[in-house]
Amino acid sequence: MSKNNRVYVYKGFERFWHWNQALLIFVLAFTGFEIHSSYDFFGFETAVKIHNYAAWGFIILIVFAIFWHVTTGEWKQYIPTTKNLKAQAEFYLFGIFRNAPHPTKKTLISKLNPLQRLVYLGLKVLFIPIMVVSGLLFMFYRYPQGDSIAIINIDNLEIIALVHTAGAFVLLAFVLVHLYLITTGHTITSNLKAMITGWEDLEEEDQKDQDQPIGKPENEHDENPKI
Amino acid sequence: MKSYTKPITFFLAIVAPLLIVTLVLREPEPDHELLNALRAKYAVKRKPGVDHSKFEILQKNFTNPHEITAACLSCHTERGEELMNSAHFTWEREAFIPGRGVTYLGKKNLVNNFCTGVQSNEGSCMKCHAGYGWNDKSFDFSNPYNIDCVVCHDNTGTYEKASGAAGYPKMGPEGPDFKAIVASVGQPKSAGCGTCHFGGGGGNNVKHGDLELGLLTGGRDVDVHMAVDGLNMNCVDCHTAENHKMKGRYYAVSSSNTQRLNCEDCHTETPHQQNILNEHSIKVACQTCHIPVYAKVNATKMYWDWATATRKKDGKEFEVLDEDGNIVYTSIKGDFVWDKMVKPEYLWFNGTADHHLLTDKVDTSQNILKINTLFGEYRDRDSKIIPVKVHRGRQPYDAENLTIIQAKLWDKDKGKGALWLDLDWERSIEEGMAYIPLPYSGKHSFIKTEMFMPVNHMVSPAAEAVTCKECHTRDNGRLAGLTDFYMPGRDRNRTLDLAGQLLLILSFLGIVVHSAIRALSSRKHNTIQSH
Ligand code: HEM
Repeated sequence: MSKNNRVYVYKGFERFWHWNQALLIFVLAFTGFEIHSSYDFFGFETAVKIHNYAAWGFIILIVFAIFWHVTTGEWKQYIPTTKNLKAQAEFYLFGIFRNAPHPTKKTLISKLNPLQRLVYLGLKVLFIPIMVVSGLLFMFYRYPQGDSIAIINIDNLEIIALVHTAGAFVLLAFVLVHLYLITTGHTITSNLKAMITGWEDLEEEDQKDQDQPIGKPENEHDENPKI
Repeated sequence: MKSYTKPITFFLAIVAPLLIVTLVLREPEPDHELLNALRAKYAVKRKPGVDHSKFEILQKNFTNPHEITAACLSCHTERGEELMNSAHFTWEREAFIPGRGVTYLGKKNLVNNFCTGVQSNEGSCMKCHAGYGWNDKSFDFSNPYNIDCVVCHDNTGTYEKASGAAGYPKMGPEGPDFKAIVASVGQPKSAGCGTCHFGGGGGNNVKHGDLELGLLTGGRDVDVHMAVDGLNMNCVDCHTAENHKMKGRYYAVSSSNTQRLNCEDCHTETPHQQNILNEHSIKVACQTCHIPVYAKVNATKMYWDWATATRKKDGKEFEVLDEDGNIVYTSIKGDFVWDKMVKPEYLWFNGTADHHLLTDKVDTSQNILKINTLFGEYRDRDSKIIPVKVHRGRQPYDAENLTIIQAKLWDKDKGKGALWLDLDWERSIEEGMAYIPLPYSGKHSFIKTEMFMPVNHMVSPAAEAVTCKECHTRDNGRLAGLTDFYMPGRDRNRTLDLAGQLLLILSFLGIVVHSAIRALSSRKHNTIQSH
């Protein structure tokens, strides 16, 4: 095993963004499913209010996050790759039970393993936009006679609501699995600690890695086929 | 630098959500600007510009009410013509009804779900006609002296039409004091309107449910507008008239979307602080949320079964009362069901209606005959959800000609076929149908009927308005009957919900199994290592 090195992986904004997004998605899901009449907690009226405010908070956060991703080039972390994808899946399905090492090395320039890249990219470009767009339609659609925004005069809420609900289920399932996968780092809590403090013990990196452009996946698997 | 970013981030992370929460829980300051303006406007009670007691022409000792009308019209020269063109006098309105063309319908010729109809019963029913002497078809609608001015304009509260006198008051010493009444005349008072509009159907609140004597003495809990502890408004404050045509429609007799009186006329279409409530007004009438119950003071009739009429006990007609003193059975009318504090039913309504005419065929394949039909649906831009009282019952129809029947119910004397005096269905039907005249096969049966009456009065204080959850709820919400649209909180796609739940369950199971294997295998590893 290579030597461990304490690295500042998650910058301040990144953590702020991550935890607020977590909280907002939790609040949105919790109030959303109350609006959906899955249970009674706040009462319908309050649930709608909270859901609406949280939705705006979420949208503002997303705007900042996009800005951050673009300006820092961090968006490249999400470029999907097939390299190691199978190995990573095999790790979660089998390797992890045998204490096998993570097939993908986590480095500053490539924080995400290929599965994470794929899933997070899906969230960012598909599911979260679906929720935001269908949610905004939910807020701003008008019946034909409302005509303040003529372009989204929609006769029936049903399609919007069904898309929004379907997306909500997917997000919720993601959150569930995500919460569990936190525990699959080097140690059970290392991922959690990293996202809280920003610091994580990563395997020693070669100098050349530092020069590698952000997002380029590190692949040490070929060199260490030891699973 | 790093030592600063940490606490700042931490602070933001904690404070941002808190800010959101406080924003959410903050109630907006209520803005009563518009309401206060309306209050100020209606707090000023109208003072008449003339004192009719000072007019010489009104100092006469009137012996006959036509003379009163003549005296009125001698100054108000054009008002007679106006009134003769108003529904209070004609009891019909010109209206276009799809499929029928231009129709002349109204109380004059329609059937309702209470005392059924006026034809052949005019002597009694015309107690509520703004005229004198409508005894039968020979009544002269073009004679202005047949107008009864004082029935509405009396301000003493003592003018009263006699029973069974076709709209005439009693006359002579037993009659009302015409001189005092004429001296008092002015804008109609609510109690005067109520004489007919509260008492329709044969007693207080029988018919409408939201129009009754309780409005005259009730507080804000009964009706915020007419509340004695509030603005104490009069009927005519809202039901304004131009040339004797009043605003406001009652769709058991009206058909077209004109001359309506809407809450929005005063309150605007966006009266709420919260935008989300204002948006509701595109599809939901104000009344739907703001009249959570009607018949708040006295019970109203919900069901009238004519089929059980004419029963006798020991050879005599009889009555049964409930514990509140409401008649629940009478031989002359059949069975009644009364109710108080009634939750309305809800319908889409666009302001147009149709009516089942005496000449229309009864569709016996439908279990229920709709006496009137309120048009509207979700997709219709003019439709809003409104609260209605649905009055149900059973009425006689011609079992062979398949038409609804107008029976003769009333007469001055026994033996002339009036159901209420002779208790003989066959004879009363023959007499009634012959009067119109319409054919009758000689065979009658009874059919279930429904009549739809929009509820517009008995507006509750805002705090008692229907809450979100009463409609946005999975089962048995107030709008459970309106299924032609998607409503959050009520509707869902079952398949989608099942699939979603399955996804969550599978994810959860996956986690459980995965973590169990992890736990087991790590123990194994540990034991191997310790060997
Ligand atoms: C920016 C993002 C979002 C916006 C703008 C938004 C907006 C809305 C709005 C306006 C409603 C309708 C409330 C009403 O009936 O008045 C709604 C319902 C709902 N929302 Fe969201 N929402 C967002 C994100 C989310 C997220 C992230 C979730 C869950 C993870 C979620 C779950 C739900 C659910 C389950 C419903 C109920 C749908 C139904 O039963 O018809 N929403 N949302």
